[in-house]
Amino acid sequence: MRRLLLGDEAIALSAIHSGISGVYAYPGTPSTEITEFIQQQQQSAPGSPRIFCKWCTNEKTAMEAALGMSYMGKRAMVCMKHVGMNVAADAFVNSAMTGTNGGLVVVAADDPSMHSSQNEQDSRFYGKFAMIPVFEPSSQQEAYDMVRDAFDFSEKRKIPVLLRITTRMAHSRAEVETGEERGQNGISFPDNPRQWILLPANSRVRNDRLVEEQAVFENDAALDPRNRFIPGKNKEMAVVACGIAYNYLMENYPQGSPYGILKISRYPIPGKLVDQMAGEGIKKILVLEEGQPVVEELIRGMVHSDIEIVGRLTGALPRTGELSPDCVRTALGLEPLQAHASDNIVVPRPPALCQGCGHRDMYAALNEVAAEYENSRIFSDIGCYTLGALPPFRAIHSCVDMGASITMAKGAADAGQHPSFAVIGDSTFTHSGITGLLDCVNSNANVVIIISDNLTTAMTGGQDSAGTGRLESICKGIGVDPAHIRVVVPLPKNMEEIKRTLREEVEYNGVSVVIPRRECIQTFKRHARENKKNKQ
Amino acid sequence: MKKDIILAGVGGQGILSIATVIGEAALSSGLHIKQAEVHGMSQRGGDVQSNLRLSSEAISSDLIPTGGVDLIISLEPMEALRYLGSLSKDGWIVTSSIPYINIDNYPDTEELSSHLKALPHVITLDVEELARQAQAPAQASNMVLLGAAANVLGIDYDKMRAAVTKVFSRKGEEVVSKNLAALDAGHEYGLKHI
Repeated sequence: MRRLLLGDEAIALSAIHSGISGVYAYPGTPSTEITEFIQQQQQSAPGSPRIFCKWCTNEKTAMEAALGMSYMGKRAMVCMKHVGMNVAADAFVNSAMTGTNGGLVVVAADDPSMHSSQNEQDSRFYGKFAMIPVFEPSSQQEAYDMVRDAFDFSEKRKIPVLLRITTRMAHSRAEVETGEERGQNGISFPDNPRQWILLPANSRVRNDRLVEEQAVFENDAALDPRNRFIPGKNKEMAVVACGIAYNYLMENYPQGSPYGILKISRYPIPGKLVDQMAGEGIKKILVLEEGQPVVEELIRGMVHSDIEIVGRLTGALPRTGELSPDCVRTALGLEPLQAHASDNIVVPRPPALCQGCGHRDMYAALNEVAAEYENSRIFSDIGCYTLGALPPFRAIHSCVDMGASITMAKGAADAGQHPSFAVIGDSTFTHSGITGLLDCVNSNANVVIIISDNLTTAMTGGQDSAGTGRLESICKGIGVDPAHIRVVVPLPKNMEEIKRTLREEVEYNGVSVVIPRRECIQTFKRHARENKKNKQ
Repeated sequence: MKKDIILAGVGGQGILSIATVIGEAALSSGLHIKQAEVHGMSQRGGDVQSNLRLSSEAISSDLIPTGGVDLIISLEPMEALRYLGSLSKDGWIVTSSIPYINIDNYPDTEELSSHLKALPHVITLDVEELARQAQAPAQASNMVLLGAAANVLGIDYDKMRAAVTKVFSRKGEEVVSKNLAALDAGHEYGLKHI
């Protein structure tokens, strides 16, 4: 069957067709639609085999739960954005040590050019770091086909597979020919139970085995038809094209490339294919890869030093940012296409908090109170409210990683800062803020933690938030004094009350939690539409 | 046949509804499609665009090369001009004439309109007024714009109408007929102003 699918959707559909029993994820652009697609399929086809698909609290809990499902012999997929890999890293790296039982595929969606992220980290490093094979599709069709292969490979070799995609693959739609659906695995315990107990004595055995298996993984990658060397007529140069970079190369040579092409869709890089390319007598290798110069660095150690290697490291391509047909065209030495001149009447239109958003009222009040002190500092976090950095609010002084607002506010307070505010969303708080709040309580830090609760994970489109309805009890349970857990409703009419509450809590020497709570305006509108529809 | 299109607008205006209809019409015409969308942070009131590529041949890149854009369809006049530097020398712009002003330094609207008029292949139209005249709701103005663009899209107009019918069918017959009326109004306007 032919369908028009986003890369994310192709991955999701293939996971369903591959017989997964669970998808584990925390929302993160550009990975969110994978899990959403599976949730929608489960809702719209109630008769289909059940797949666990509820959102997890963070990427680490997701990775661990998936590993548990794999332990039981069933197939599981974990999905996250690239920075989620940092959160899941402890579990991810050690999952290479335990190995798998049921197939386990981890999808990391990288965001070069940082369309909706705070950095450009390349998840392929994690694959190499953990000694876990990496699959990187070049098209939506390859993504669909590859997920099935990844599950089979994971089950055959008893190792997790990292499927690495980037924004352009995740959020681009193309036609995909879909295949047969197969059933889920039944329950079975691992053949080698000792491998799952990472005591040093067991780990040493397993580590040696993992290192030995790298040659097997590399050989498997050499045999994968999606990895191949296509010889060219012109022997001056060959091009290594990884993942979707292959498309930008072919875009510029619609009649076929004059240069040999080493197409890479799977790692470890097959040395045999690199030798085949170098054996053509070429003088230069151009490396095209999305993200950081992972292959460009590796390949330097794989070919004779007489061969010049160019790419992002040498300036043949921009060192940072997403690849494009244009920058690849320049690297190939082709003339640019003719276009109109740009019109400089156009001005930037940055994103902003929605009209009617509760974060706006929270920042309006907070800015006024903060201005009453000589040197207020507001540490913020990852979410819609990060837009409080932009006009008209220009409210915040930091945004680093999930949960960092609370712990940075604590560190600043430890250093003598007063007032020290944290602004964090409800979903980010449960993702990675709770442990930081416990640190605050244990040292009675003089901080005001604002949990701006819009009852959803808004930035990624309104997914369920793990602590909805329980934020006060979570804070109480951690040990925040109930008298200093204050709930307000962020509306313009309540401005005086919100400011008064904030002032009182700034003056309290200890841990204060202020919870401005009002539903996200986007999910509110959506729910209103749904209610109207249900009434009809 | 090859048509490389940039769909432009402001986050929340609904450029993806236009993409969905074109995608449906292209699929039923047996064309290959690639469409790069924008999700996430950039959606919130900021500029948004989508690269939509249609071709009778297989398509390589998800992104359109600079200078390769055949058509800009924009829900906002300044956003139409944002991608001018990507438009091929004989490419077309089809844009709503209604400015969406959510920034302080939005350019002078008269000047903006004169910049658009100075280009060789442009259709600008008041999509809301045309929707009203067609007795369609304001939400259908996107279909007015698409109707006007249909004149330079290279897809059979009947296929466009069928795609609108299919895409809106689950919302009921009335929604389908209003959107078809909006599409027709735009189409007719485009024919006169091409």
